[in-house]
Amino acid sequence: MSSTSGVATGEFAQGRPPLNPRGRRPSLHDGSGRRATLLIAPTIVLLAVVILYPVVSAVSQSFTKDAGLDPNTGMFVEGGFAGVSNYKLWLLQDCGGGAFSCPPGTLGSQFWTATGVTFLFTAVAVTLETVLGMVFALVMHRKFKGRAILRASVLVPWAIPTAITAKLWYFIFAYDGIANRLLGTEILWTGDGWAPKFAIIIADTWKTAPFMALLILAGLQVIDEGVYEAAKMDGAGAWQRFVHITLPLVKPALMVAVLFRTLDTLRMYDLPKILTGGAGDTSTLSMLVVDQVRSGFNAASALSTITFLIVFLVAFIFIKFLGANVTEQRAPKAKKAV
Amino acid sequence: MATTTSHQRGRAQVTSSGVEVVQPRHTRSTILTYTGVVLICLWGLLPFYWMIVTSFRDVGFTFDTTPWPTHVTLDNYTTAFSTARGNHFGRALVNSLVIAIATTVIGIVVGVFAAYALARLEFRGKFYVLGLILGASMFPGVALVTPLFQLFTDIGWLNTYQALIIPDISFVLPLTVYTLTAFFTEMPWELEESARMDGCTPGQAFRKVILPLAAPGIFTTAILAFTAAWNEFLLASQLGGDKVQPVTVAIASFAGAQPHQEPYTAVMAAGTIVTVPLIVLVLVFQRRIVSGLTAGGVKS
Repeated sequence: MSSTSGVATGEFAQGRPPLNPRGRRPSLHDGSGRRATLLIAPTIVLLAVVILYPVVSAVSQSFTKDAGLDPNTGMFVEGGFAGVSNYKLWLLQDCGGGAFSCPPGTLGSQFWTATGVTFLFTAVAVTLETVLGMVFALVMHRKFKGRAILRASVLVPWAIPTAITAKLWYFIFAYDGIANRLLGTEILWTGDGWAPKFAIIIADTWKTAPFMALLILAGLQVIDEGVYEAAKMDGAGAWQRFVHITLPLVKPALMVAVLFRTLDTLRMYDLPKILTGGAGDTSTLSMLVVDQVRSGFNAASALSTITFLIVFLVAFIFIKFLGANVTEQRAPKAKKAV
Repeated sequence: MATTTSHQRGRAQVTSSGVEVVQPRHTRSTILTYTGVVLICLWGLLPFYWMIVTSFRDVGFTFDTTPWPTHVTLDNYTTAFSTARGNHFGRALVNSLVIAIATTVIGIVVGVFAAYALARLEFRGKFYVLGLILGASMFPGVALVTPLFQLFTDIGWLNTYQALIIPDISFVLPLTVYTLTAFFTEMPWELEESARMDGCTPGQAFRKVILPLAAPGIFTTAILAFTAAWNEFLLASQLGGDKVQPVTVAIASFAGAQPHQEPYTAVMAAGTIVTVPLIVLVLVFQRRIVSGLTAGGVKS
């Protein structure tokens, strides 16, 4: 990307001298650099205000005690420096009496359950979405009449707000609902056990598998048909062509799609909140943070910092070790450069 | 994709026997494709169809499973807008419009500047700017809830439009910057240079030449941004109140006739009202939306 823009800037800068009223000596990077700073500043300032400030303040709060009643004296105390006690609360489930002292049912005791279920949703839903998305994309990649209809119907789940998707599936999964009727079952989908977990995974997969398909399709479309022709000449079967040509060539697009879906699922809130309300241990990390906000800001800050670190760590692993080349994929022109 | 001919498709279906009989395979491949197409269409549309069908059903027949509308009534739509049970769906619709439009406009205006610089200018630290914006798009929204809740409590902003619009920008802006950057790099920049040669200032060249050319891309990005803002739930449910509640939050907390009774049909009616305009946009601009989504926005 920088190379393409570099060329452009060169031409751009060459056009400058006659237009520069002050007769400043233009250099390749000088003028456009200053202009770039001006143009980018609003974005940076806005992101700093809405993201950087909250992050810094959350991290600093997470080391502060919540104001409240001191369990020993019964007096109201103002907080103060907490060290890592907020982190111990979540990670060691230490509510003040050593590890595992948080009584069952309290928010403090739910950290590992929430982490587990968040990762479970992520692993299962993203796997399903990737496999289905790949199948959808392969179908959509073929040539047929009515492609517009297909594309529009694939976009429908994407366009419905998640909160409404959740309500829709809440209705479908109602005890007397169509899901039980069609399956001939009497499952309490939003009750206890595994059913609510499946309900969330099914609804999430419905909503985002088509989206995944679109991203994979974009990756498929840049593959040169000639490669397939050559492979066919050499006698490669359909499966061999898929494994040895399609998969490796679509991998960059696929990895980025998987990364972003993974991060989305790790921070999932609306869908489980509305669909099950946390029934059957379906409270995700994000839901736990929001529940905690009402009972103690600083402990909530510690939890949201932990969530942030988890998301960051997963993104890091993807980019560093699994080859999700985000900047190149998402930066413009990358496809053409290949 | 455009290079795929039907002939190649026919040959793509090589059977395990490996016998080269093009014609039958061609047919089988076509049947397979269309079966897949129909299944994918059903996947996307059936639950949505069920929402619409239910929204027209009389409350007494909420769980009727006839696959087409029966006991048709418009009552659910009246109920959805009724304020008798403490629901304020009508106001929430207006709130959502205000919030989503304001977020989109700010996101686009600010995003256009940044995207222009990223696509067109060479400057030090570009990599870091890209990284920062990308990082922002990966950011878990829940990490904003606590500090923003406290900040907005302190400055008396809870239950105000700005308290919902400003945080929304945090997830719309990375989306608009990326999508617009992708569009901008595809533009015929020679035209800008000719305009400059003819004596336009960079600002004039941008306004008179580039902006009109970029309009389709900007419009597409605006749809994506609007959809994202329209969908927002988490921050609105925490930082807003009754007065500025958007539809997503309003529908999620719809009250029924009796406590603990879920007003399914009214919720489906409200859901239909909220969704249908978006679906129409999708139908009309599906080609553009797909190109916008795949160009830069991976956030759903």
